[in-house]
Amino acid sequence: MARAVTTQRKAINTTLAWAIGLLIFFPILWTILTSFKTEAQAIANPPIFIGFDWTLENYSIVQERSNYMRFLWNSVIIAGGSTILGIIIAVPAAWSMAFVPSKRTKDILLWMLSTKMLPAVGVLYPIYLLFIQLGLLDSRIGLVIVMMLINLPIIVWMLYTYFREIPGEILEAARMDGASLREELLYVLTPMAIPGIASTILLNFILAWNEAFWTLNLTAVDAAPLTAFIASYSSPEGLFFAKLSAASTMAIAPILILGWFSQKQLVRGLTFGAVK
Amino acid sequence: MHLRSALLGATALSLATVAAAQAETITIATVNNGDMIRMQGYTDTFTEQTGIEVEWVTLEENVLRQRVTTDITTKGGQFDIMTIGMYETPIWGANGWLVPLNDLSAEYDVDDILPAMRNGLSHEGTLYAAPFYGESSMVMYRTDLMEAAGLEMPEAPTWEFIREAAAAMDNPAEDINGICLRGKAGWGEGGAFITVTGNSFGARWFDENWTPQFDQPQWKEALEFYVNLMNDYGPEGYATNGFNENLSLFQQGKCGMWIDATVAASFVTNPNDSTVADSVGFALAPNKDGVEKRANWLWAWALAIPAGTQKEASAKQFIEWATSKEYIELVAANEGWANVPPGARTSLYETAEYQEVPFAAMTLDSINAADPTDPTVDPVPYVGIQFVAIPEFAGMATEVSQEFSAAYAGQQSIDEALAKAQDIATEVMEAAGY
Repeated sequence: MARAVTTQRKAINTTLAWAIGLLIFFPILWTILTSFKTEAQAIANPPIFIGFDWTLENYSIVQERSNYMRFLWNSVIIAGGSTILGIIIAVPAAWSMAFVPSKRTKDILLWMLSTKMLPAVGVLYPIYLLFIQLGLLDSRIGLVIVMMLINLPIIVWMLYTYFREIPGEILEAARMDGASLREELLYVLTPMAIPGIASTILLNFILAWNEAFWTLNLTAVDAAPLTAFIASYSSPEGLFFAKLSAASTMAIAPILILGWFSQKQLVRGLTFGAVK
Repeated sequence: MHLRSALLGATALSLATVAAAQAETITIATVNNGDMIRMQGYTDTFTEQTGIEVEWVTLEENVLRQRVTTDITTKGGQFDIMTIGMYETPIWGANGWLVPLNDLSAEYDVDDILPAMRNGLSHEGTLYAAPFYGESSMVMYRTDLMEAAGLEMPEAPTWEFIREAAAAMDNPAEDINGICLRGKAGWGEGGAFITVTGNSFGARWFDENWTPQFDQPQWKEALEFYVNLMNDYGPEGYATNGFNENLSLFQQGKCGMWIDATVAASFVTNPNDSTVADSVGFALAPNKDGVEKRANWLWAWALAIPAGTQKEASAKQFIEWATSKEYIELVAANEGWANVPPGARTSLYETAEYQEVPFAAMTLDSINAADPTDPTVDPVPYVGIQFVAIPEFAGMATEVSQEFSAAYAGQQSIDEALAKAQDIATEVMEAAGY
């Protein structure tokens, strides 16, 4: 009887998980399907789910109109660069907060998080003027710095949470064995926190990839990433939903593939320390 | 020594040749719509003729507005040409942010630009942006449904007739709405439509002393008419419908009438996208019986040069090319007269081939019927038909249109919406020192 209940509950849980998963994935699925429709089919009411003549025309038009590879390369550089830079800065910061806390550590952590509460548009003009002065407008290095600064509080917080799960005695033992601070961080702490660091890297990469305020406002031609590529297909006066969907699919495809292959690592990292 | 001098001379010469051969590149910020995308496709022709390379930054209208405003106010210098509208041009021109276009070549024939467009894109008589295409608004209606209803659309209908026709064509069983109109919040969306509707009932945003006028009976009458019309014969959820939503509905045969931008005429008559392409008629935007002003607006997407660009000459060259008669002929030769950018030049409407395009005459009549300096019945201190050309307008009108949209959705009464609109406008104008 107990076995029957367990099986039944398992079936319900599985169904529920699939239903929620599909619900979350549905907008992406719909975008992908729409990208293979004609503009007329894209706006058809009632909507056509699968029974339409599949066409690659939208992809061909988007390829013809835009230099996709340039946008893609910029996205890779900006998301990748800001993530690497962020991790380099955040690992020592999180280490000191986790293992050598002061009485102000909690305040600093909260203050760091509070910077995320300010609407980005509130600092658009100061940042824009700074970028003009420093010659960083429409440059990838400028965007790497801004993306890194935006996501740094989240990286530090995530790493701090992971590091807190690691017993300080292990680091202490390494120190007693004569390990320098650099060796302690590189050869003892980092290997133990790999799942946490990996998931932080992935999450930060995804956040930087999808960021669409600064990337639209601080770029024009040379540094414009895939968010600008998508924005160029959005129009309030004219129906270009199918082309917009094709552009969106091309923009999210790399990050979807990356997420798919690293989902195990991502889940492991995000649930690290959740159950004690 | 001679050899050294000769070598140096040769090097200098070759460097100069390389520099000359290296084409200058201009960057243009633009919106994503059919005519602008088409222009991008012809950029190579311009480059072949002039040697000037062109980089495009295409953005959604609201993003573009924010992006170019930031750049121009901070002198960021990211763009050599900006695509801006009739709202921004006189304000930016007055601020000295744009290069005056008062030295365009004789071949360009600046006098050929439609007077309404030229006035709307000038400040104190100086042209600051060249119109790429212009638009007004008009009634688009289903000729087959009108015929079945036993009605005939007059060339210049009144709102009363529009209501009668909407009632006759409305057919919920067939999923046909009598009329589709914008209700979406936003100064350029539903805000623009209700402002011109207000004009056609004799309402105005401000009196001659810049006092907001939402507490006047004309506004209440206009809003009540609109809400009753849409509640009775409009589509469900019209409070969130903008241009694209109504275009989609009309193209699928779900609207008897649609009053919106004249540029939509080419979309609804295109058989590739529209299921009703061969049964669309056009008429002037309506007015209230006895009110001389009609509910038609005036807008242009125009090309302007931000002050401070290092490439002013090349930018001017591009603007002269893109807004020339030759460009129109180029598009006509390759894609047909129905696809040329409309509403900018008088000569276009004198071309015999273009006169055969079904919506050409009505577009011109609608544009000519719109006067930004005299938008409504009573005198006003501002310029603009569907907007008020002051910097405070965009933010204020967006808030006001949000209140109106809430009334369309039944979340508040018309009286409440108008009272809030009056408060919003009063507060903004007082803070701005009017």
